[in-house]
Amino acid sequence: MTISRRDILKSLTLTAVGGSVLRVIPLEAAEYAHRMVQAEKAAGSTYTPKFFSAHAYKMLQSLCNTIIPSDDESKGAIEAGAPEFIDLITSENPEYQVALGGGLMWLDNTCIDRYEKPYVDCTAEQQKEILDQIAYRKNAKKDPSLGQGIEFFSFLRKLTADGFFTSEIGISYLGYIGNTYVQEFPGCPPVPE
Amino acid sequence: MQVKRSPKTYDVCIIGSGASGGTAAKVLSEGGLSVVMLEAGPPVVPARDYKEHVWPYELPHRGAGVGGRARQGLEDEFLAPNGAWEIEGEPYVSAPGSKFRWFRSRIVGGRTNHWGRIALRMAPVDFKVRSHDGQGDDWPVSYEEVAPYYDKVESYIGVFGTKENIPSAPDGIFLPPPKPRCTETIIKKSCDKLDILCIPSRLAILTKPHNGRPACHYCAQCGRGCITASNFSSSQVMIPPAEKTGRFTMITGAMARELVVGKDGKVAAVSYIDKSTHEEKRVHARAFIVAASACESARLLLNSKSTLFPDGLANSSGVVGRNLMDTVGSDGGGYFPQLERMPAHNHDGVGGMHLYLPWWKFDRKNDFLRGYHTEFGGGRGMPGVSDYDDLCDDFEGYGLSLKRECKSKYGTYIGFAGRGEMIPNESCYCEIDPAVVDQWGVPVLRFHWKWSDNEIKMAKDMQETYRAIVEAAGGIYLTKTRPDGPHPYGIADGGVIIHEVGTVRMGERPATSALNQYCQAHDVKNLFVTDGACFVTNADKNPTLTIMALTWRASDYLLDQAKKGNLGA
Repeated sequence: MTISRRDILKSLTLTAVGGSVLRVIPLEAAEYAHRMVQAEKAAGSTYTPKFFSAHAYKMLQSLCNTIIPSDDESKGAIEAGAPEFIDLITSENPEYQVALGGGLMWLDNTCIDRYEKPYVDCTAEQQKEILDQIAYRKNAKKDPSLGQGIEFFSFLRKLTADGFFTSEIGISYLGYIGNTYVQEFPGCPPVPE
Repeated sequence: MQVKRSPKTYDVCIIGSGASGGTAAKVLSEGGLSVVMLEAGPPVVPARDYKEHVWPYELPHRGAGVGGRARQGLEDEFLAPNGAWEIEGEPYVSAPGSKFRWFRSRIVGGRTNHWGRIALRMAPVDFKVRSHDGQGDDWPVSYEEVAPYYDKVESYIGVFGTKENIPSAPDGIFLPPPKPRCTETIIKKSCDKLDILCIPSRLAILTKPHNGRPACHYCAQCGRGCITASNFSSSQVMIPPAEKTGRFTMITGAMARELVVGKDGKVAAVSYIDKSTHEEKRVHARAFIVAASACESARLLLNSKSTLFPDGLANSSGVVGRNLMDTVGSDGGGYFPQLERMPAHNHDGVGGMHLYLPWWKFDRKNDFLRGYHTEFGGGRGMPGVSDYDDLCDDFEGYGLSLKRECKSKYGTYIGFAGRGEMIPNESCYCEIDPAVVDQWGVPVLRFHWKWSDNEIKMAKDMQETYRAIVEAAGGIYLTKTRPDGPHPYGIADGGVIIHEVGTVRMGERPATSALNQYCQAHDVKNLFVTDGACFVTNADKNPTLTIMALTWRASDYLLDQAKKGNLGA
């Protein structure tokens, strides 16, 4: 068998192939679950997190919004359902539970040490200050105590990107055109030099 | 435990429903024989099981899989079902110091439900490697003998491509190719500069309506399975004509355990476990075709021990399980700034490459023997989970700058996948693990694996080539590999390319091979092994087309034997 185009691209990131079972979700089941999530959203517009506590989920939402905010071109990670997506897969994965659950607690602990308030109660300036430190690996060289926060934020950034760019909002923002029936493939428009 | 016998004796029993089993079922049932097929998995229902045209946001896990597990592997939530690197309750073992990965499908059609559809003929020299360079062994058949069967398979299943007259990549019977994508026009131009061959690919995808199947609609999702059957799968293209004959019986959920030999030294029956009831059952037939996939077929023979065949069935030579090969794989990719300036457009195309790079250095002396071809892809595909992992790590930060960077880099990467020939070696084989059984009580395989220097030199050449192509196009090569460590020059672990073959090889001499040129066991005349297990070598060509051609040829031979009354009572 040969890998698909997507796999080729994915393989750029692969050093070792993970050894997990491919869980097959029959289409009806997937659609059912999708409708459930939609129904939950519509019902009270309050999503009940499957893993995160109410407080942690509020933090998660805030961080997702900061990582990919809305702008005049598109809405952001919250509207794209990134927090729900992250909560769902985290609820099923003990490693994610430690990395993200623990990471959020690390952030709160650090904010309480520094600002005497949990993250969500900090001022916008305080939040920016701590995020600017954990958003870049190089900062761990100056201050090794940031290491755990940097790892956490790096992982959350990827999951937020996943949640955003696999949403209807994110896909339309990128300008992907396709997933449709085409009579004849038109080929390539002129490539700019 | 009571063993349930089926009352009927069929002409032929086929074990496995993939590329090989499906081909045999079609040819034999259309030839007038009664055929029963055992498949270890469930039936496939395309309209229910295939996730064609589903958007990631229509799945609760967005394609990441339960617990996000699909993020880091080749597994993909969108793939046609029941293919997996690990199957619960059905383990396999890598021997200490070896790492081998085994992708198995348990479903009607097997891995053809999601395969890459790359349909390449082996070249004349690929059948006669020992005569050419002194390594490995020649096949007991020649290209000229197999070519009529390549013709039959291509004519029936539909393959697009172009006539090119390249010695390393023989032409076939082709439907017209699709137009190149932008990514492909860029690479073609770069290859032209470097004198590297870059030609339309050859995929089993219909660019015109063919044998009652509609043409491709260019959604790029072949790997998910195709509801319109516009690409080849055994389940949609080989099994239906067999069913139409009225002489074909499919038994799903049937895990073959042992081939049972009669006093006459022929196979009389196959014992299998009915997965739904856990009962042991038997099917009787006059001839048996084992097509369970190369390693699974070797496992079945090795598990079929009797007083007549103490080392396993058809294994008087001791080669069963030996000669295990995969394809040499090393991948690389780059960023192409010109793609940032492309206007948004539909880049989907077929589910695979429209152009590829056949082996082009066949006319000179290289640092390694044999050759490789190159598959490539990228561009503005449907976004998916983990697509932005690398960018997130490189760019870091957060907020609008990150969001905008993701947008500007979307569709600007092209990845290359080298696929080369491995020379079989003594250290690569599978055997029955002395201690482990699966949940059906069947002893499992233990794999031994080691790449030789030839493969590592080939992987090095792949990396150098892809860097040259990317840089000649004005791009930046992003892949970093090391000459040492567990994956020198990015070489994939054994089994990862999912081209495992060779474990029940054919040959002229019964002392060094298990099968004759018609995939018939030297030791047991009513036993055939027609899947990739019969391969003598593993050319850089993806094995599926050759598996189907050899199966068709073996099936014609079996039909002829039946006509002559040689099938037995």
